[in-house]
Amino acid sequence: MIVADRKPIEEIIAEIKEHEKILILGCNECVTVCEAGGKKEVGVLASALRMYFLNQGRDVKLDEITLERQCDHEYLEEIRDVIDQYDAVVSLACGVGVQFMAEKYHTMPVYPGVNTCFLGVTEKRGLWTERCQACGQCILARTGGICPVSRCAKRILNGPCGGSTQGSCEINKEISCAWQLIIDRLKALDRLDDYEQIDPIKDWSTDRAGGPRKVEREDVQQ
Amino acid sequence: MKINTPSKLEKILAAGHLAVTSECGPPRGSDPEVIVEKANLIKDHVDAINITDNQTSVTRMCSLAACIKLKLMGLEPVLQMVTRDRNRIALQSDILGAAAFDIHNVLCLSGDHQSFGDCPTGQNVHDIDSIQLIQTVRHMRDESKFLGGDDISRSPKMFVGAAANPFADPFEIRVPRLAKKIAAGVEFIQTQCIYDLDKFELWMKMAGDRGLLEKVSILAGVTPFKSVGMARYMKNRVPGIEVPDEMIKRMADTPKEKQPEEGVKICIESMQRLKEVEGVRGFHVMAIEWEEMVPEIVEKTGLYPRPSVD
Ligand code: SF4
Ligand code: SF4
Repeated sequence: MIVADRKPIEEIIAEIKEHEKILILGCNECVTVCEAGGKKEVGVLASALRMYFLNQGRDVKLDEITLERQCDHEYLEEIRDVIDQYDAVVSLACGVGVQFMAEKYHTMPVYPGVNTCFLGVTEKRGLWTERCQACGQCILARTGGICPVSRCAKRILNGPCGGSTQGSCEINKEISCAWQLIIDRLKALDRLDDYEQIDPIKDWSTDRAGGPRKVEREDVQQ
Repeated sequence: MKINTPSKLEKILAAGHLAVTSECGPPRGSDPEVIVEKANLIKDHVDAINITDNQTSVTRMCSLAACIKLKLMGLEPVLQMVTRDRNRIALQSDILGAAAFDIHNVLCLSGDHQSFGDCPTGQNVHDIDSIQLIQTVRHMRDESKFLGGDDISRSPKMFVGAAANPFADPFEIRVPRLAKKIAAGVEFIQTQCIYDLDKFELWMKMAGDRGLLEKVSILAGVTPFKSVGMARYMKNRVPGIEVPDEMIKRMADTPKEKQPEEGVKICIESMQRLKEVEGVRGFHVMAIEWEEMVPEIVEKTGLYPRPSVD
């Protein structure tokens, strides 16, 4: 899933403080799972903002809605009838949802309520870690199912670097060295011999480097 | 051994001499005299001088410019190149730039992570990795082609090196990793600083058993301790360096003012032992900001005068 983290409330206030009628818009997908932008967090943010405006002696309208998703037309359309009641939206969806919202409601100011962080997993409640950088050309078949692009601090395809120490990455003892994980996994699969195959220079044109990407599938287009 | 480039380092190794290299870190400023002064301290005692490439990710004068300066002094530079800061366009371009000044040695590295340096909020590139950089230089040299497939006019004649760290984890792939670098085309290796000689000897034995030592020239890396503080720092803070406790104790048991001397003594003793290790073809003496000690170390190890080759 896409993992996001809450933005500091001061940052949100600084952006929206001039507005009078604000919609806080949550998303029921990834950001709900990572507890940054679901219905619950929408409620928490709305209460905090109400408190702030009350202390300022201002009467600001603050409504809460959480959509099934903000990255699909279908769900974003659900607010078309009510959007005119507001002069700003704080979207707690990931950056994708914020942008789709901005595209669809072209004259409505939209502010991000979370920092979108990475594609990752829930290791345990309250701990999310990165697994993929959407490079567009997955090499996991060659690396024992562990991604060096997202999990090695230098995205080394033929690692580890000399800084790998007791399973940790040179940048931080708390972070596992991706290449230690790859080697452990190749061993577990009885494929350690594969380690010596040199991974070729990667085609990064399918990555961010190649410019904005799209997937177009005629077979599923109507 | 077949000679592939005009590199003096390659010739010395091919002639069967124990090679001696050292390194200079470029200044944090634009004064070229810093390089000249450092080089003058060591030039008669080494065969080639590495110029580090923004080591520990601290921004400095570029390695290429400093190498050109050495070349203009008539010395033999080893251009260190990290893959952290440049993509494949910039790396290939700098290789050609170096070749234009007849810089004949390159050391392919990934580089420390930028979080260690003065720009921890910067991006890193890592378009290719150090093994792929070895392949890139060999491809440019031997095929006379760019990575993109076009022809290179006057291909870069570079003797290709890399680092190896026998002490990093996991130990079991340390020799396979060397094999991988050799398969990529590396011709010489400068190792991480060696303090744990037993472990180094084991690594060399394992490499020898696989027949790797005939395919690459290993220069053993050494760094003298200036103080017990430095020894402890190396042990505890520098990723991938192992310092045996006895060595720390030996430094700690030495009165403070005698510690530099003791550090040099340890270094020389280590080199004497390393000279006997099968497959060691030379030394890479990294006297970090202590270049003035290099001549003494080289002389006391019996590696002076340096051989001349044409
Ligand atoms: S190789 Fe690319 S697509 Fe596959 S997990 Fe890593 S970043 Fe994601
Ligand atoms: S220590 Fe491991 S994860 Fe960290 S940069 Fe080096 S190879 Fe990558």
